[in-house]
Amino acid sequence: MLLLGAVVVQLLHVALMLAAAPLLVGVVRWLKARMQGRRGASPLQPWRDLEKLLRKRPVLAANASLVSEVAPYVAFAASLVAVACVPSFSRGMLLAPVGDLILLAGLLALARMALALVGMDVGTAFGGLGAAREMSFSVFAEPALLLCVLTFAILAGTTNLDLIAATFRDGGLGLRVSLALAAMAMLTVAVAENARIPVDNPATHLELTMVHEAMLLESSGRHLALWEYQAALKLTLWLALLAAIFVPFGAAPAGAGPLAWVLGLAAWLLKMGVLCLALAVFESAIAKMRVFRVPEFLGAALLLALLAAALLFVSTGLA
Amino acid sequence: MLTGLLLCILLLGLLALAAVGLGRHPLAGRVVHGGCLAISLGFAGLALAGLGLGLPEAPLALPIGLPGAGAASLLALDGLSAWFLLLLGVTGACASLYALGAPAGPPRSLPPFPLFLAGMAICLAAADAFTLLLGFELMSLASWALVAADHAEAENRAAARRYLMFAALAGACLVPAFGLLAAGAGGLDFTALRAAPPEGWRAAAVLALALAGAGAKAGLVPLHAWLPLAHPAAPSHVSALMSGAMTKVALYVLARLLLDLCGPLQPAWWGVPLLAAGACSALFGALRANMEGDTKVLLACSTIENIGFITVALGLVLAFRGADLGPLAALAAGAALLHALNHGVFKTLLFLVAGAVAHGAGSRKLDRLGGLIHAMPVTALAALVGMAAAASLPPLSGFASEWLLLEALLAGWRVGDIGFQVVAAAATALVAMAAALAAAAMLRCFGLVFLGRIRSPRAAGAEEVPRLERLSLLLPAGLTVLLGLFPAAMLGLAAPAIAVLAGPAALPPARGLALTAGEGASTYLPLAVAGLLVASLVTVWFLVRRRSTGATLRGPVWNCGFIDPPPWLPFGDPLSQPGAAGMAQPLRRMLGGSLLGATETVLMRAPGDPRPGHYAAQAADPSEAGLLAPLARLRDSVAGRAERLRELTIRGCLGLSFGTLVGLLALLAWLEGG
Repeated sequence: MLLLGAVVVQLLHVALMLAAAPLLVGVVRWLKARMQGRRGASPLQPWRDLEKLLRKRPVLAANASLVSEVAPYVAFAASLVAVACVPSFSRGMLLAPVGDLILLAGLLALARMALALVGMDVGTAFGGLGAAREMSFSVFAEPALLLCVLTFAILAGTTNLDLIAATFRDGGLGLRVSLALAAMAMLTVAVAENARIPVDNPATHLELTMVHEAMLLESSGRHLALWEYQAALKLTLWLALLAAIFVPFGAAPAGAGPLAWVLGLAAWLLKMGVLCLALAVFESAIAKMRVFRVPEFLGAALLLALLAAALLFVSTGLA
Repeated sequence: MLTGLLLCILLLGLLALAAVGLGRHPLAGRVVHGGCLAISLGFAGLALAGLGLGLPEAPLALPIGLPGAGAASLLALDGLSAWFLLLLGVTGACASLYALGAPAGPPRSLPPFPLFLAGMAICLAAADAFTLLLGFELMSLASWALVAADHAEAENRAAARRYLMFAALAGACLVPAFGLLAAGAGGLDFTALRAAPPEGWRAAAVLALALAGAGAKAGLVPLHAWLPLAHPAAPSHVSALMSGAMTKVALYVLARLLLDLCGPLQPAWWGVPLLAAGACSALFGALRANMEGDTKVLLACSTIENIGFITVALGLVLAFRGADLGPLAALAAGAALLHALNHGVFKTLLFLVAGAVAHGAGSRKLDRLGGLIHAMPVTALAALVGMAAAASLPPLSGFASEWLLLEALLAGWRVGDIGFQVVAAAATALVAMAAALAAAAMLRCFGLVFLGRIRSPRAAGAEEVPRLERLSLLLPAGLTVLLGLFPAAMLGLAAPAIAVLAGPAALPPARGLALTAGEGASTYLPLAVAGLLVASLVTVWFLVRRRSTGATLRGPVWNCGFIDPPPWLPFGDPLSQPGAAGMAQPLRRMLGGSLLGATETVLMRAPGDPRPGHYAAQAADPSEAGLLAPLARLRDSVAGRAERLRELTIRGCLGLSFGTLVGLLALLAWLEGG
């Protein structure tokens, strides 16, 4: 019975994430437009864009290899597996034992690598430029992420996401300075990983300032649809990850019934809405920074995460 | 079993003699490499049998050895030796298979190859200090001969000279290290050494000497300067073996000395030097791999990085064992052993790929290759597998051992001392950074070699390598996938080796098909991850293709409307595609300036000036200016002073000899008394 519940929750979760991802992007865009005094497209617009792109035939450059055709599916599959492991409205999903934070980092790296390979496949100036920059940003984002994981691992004794969320919810840890510092570091990493302002501009039309989009300049049709969907999934994943770790309240416990699920869903939607609003406010209030200042931005996240871990060392040493 | 091992080693010696005898005979290469292939498979089979069915208890005494009572050479096979022998067998088999298919090198490169394998096998199977050093030196000399095989070129000669220098340094440190151990034990065999672990300053001296000696051979920063020179100079299958197996043999010596022979009671701080050296090696190696423009140099730098990972894991074993944290020591030991094997296999594969590319497309320079995925699809596939493993992407082998290493690092705070906790946290950040840098380096290498447009006319005529060579690439590629899917089974095999490193009660950090850490709270299920990836890949492909049925069209490249190249540039304008220096630019500016002293000089002409502009980027390894140059100056000044001795009077000469004699006697008296 418990197993059946876990399977159902898992399937519902994947369906929810797949449905919510383009919507989330639409909501952020709509909120940003309202804040900038525009009316903005409907939050459903990303869904319509995906529909349209799927109807179109993809055009590949004459010298594109198999990489350009396979990589979108690989990146999408990796993101899907990663997103399936991050709890949303309920805990105790079927894949909870698989959901390890280091594995999540690995799956995201797999998707990033597939994207960068596509950027280099045809041999254009912007694709290579974007690939080199994307990989360079990850060099600063990964250690910051790992140090955040260190803080969680010290507090929860594991790197499993479901267990970390359970510990933070029930463990009576209270408000901890280290967790606040780690949350700031995670937010910074999330902004960089999702190519949002100030690291990258998702709405830019100037090729020289592109990082993420620069690698997709040669993609079209269903390939482009997959890439856009994948980016939306990644944004959803990061927001859900932040919600699952730092605000683990309201999710239905393992083995609960449909009523608890509905409550959990409402709590999750609320959390996502707040995070979307925060992202939109942040992006509207800040300007994009120069590429070579990004290491400082992510270096600050690294230092914050290190500080969080060091504070824990001191406090456990005193206790 | 030991007799079989001895037989294999003797056969290798015979093969070397046969190679000398056969000389320039056209079949010489086939005989030698075929023999090496069979014997390597024999090594792997023996090691597997030993690890799976039980290891021989009593050592085998050889009728050779140092003069003196009870000093016969001993051969034995315990868990640790058997594990590294398995690695040697697998990499040796792949390298020999490649050599069978590749075009033959100069005949003088044949005899040292079996000797190289034999040296490594002797070093691994030795059960006393003399035999171990004998094997170690045989390995050094034979590999030096292989590096120097193509000595017509000046840079190869310089590489071989520097390699010999570092090999001599390694020997010069390891002999006194074993001497210090033996001084308290009264015998050279390992049981005697284990019975009398060093204490006080002797223990510290053994630690320093072992780290310097084995580190110089393994390529730990700052003693890594020979690796990026020696690997490109040697033929590809030899560099594969040097990088895949030889550096691991050096790490085996390090582990044997510090974790086995020095006894289980060394303090936890012993791990700190290893942790520091390993983390610095990982960072420097991975960063340099992003700057280099030659495939084999790039791979050599990535070897420095991976050696750093293994050393970090060994340091963690020492620290956890010193703090009485048995299960965590087993976790770190599992990470070290698994990463040694995984790196051995995928780095062998990548060096063989570099050789195949040099064979098929005529160059090793990133700036002369490009677009080879069309002409060499099988090589490209093998390269993709190897590079994804080197970039530690799930579900391949590199990720499994990286996961164990990170889990061990994340548990580093349990040692308790706040100083160590901070060191472990810093090492976590550095290892994560190095892993991301490795991914960037591998992407750059694969993208520049196999993707994009062709960069030179020779690369336009590239051809896929012959069948045997392709097979030798697909074999380690398949192994990389298998090792990635079944790391828990490999750890089960490695249980005797983990017991040697982490104490007899240690259990491998695996349960069923999953890797586990932290009393089973964190798990990594490679098979489940691979299954999920494949399942979602198939589902997504099926759903998307059902919704979007149109066939893919081909058209001219869009490139943001960049104008088409003129007809005399059939492969497009080379300047509109990023090259090796361009792909390295972001990291060179972000990290290279502070860590590698990277500089860029841009010469921009005034508008209207028709002369071409100029851009140059350089990066210098700090170990050249910081360590090797002062050492060279020291050597010159010492040599200059020593010259003055020749001008001493007879009285001066006699006084000097007498003084030396008295000094040595005083030292002896002090050592005997102490």
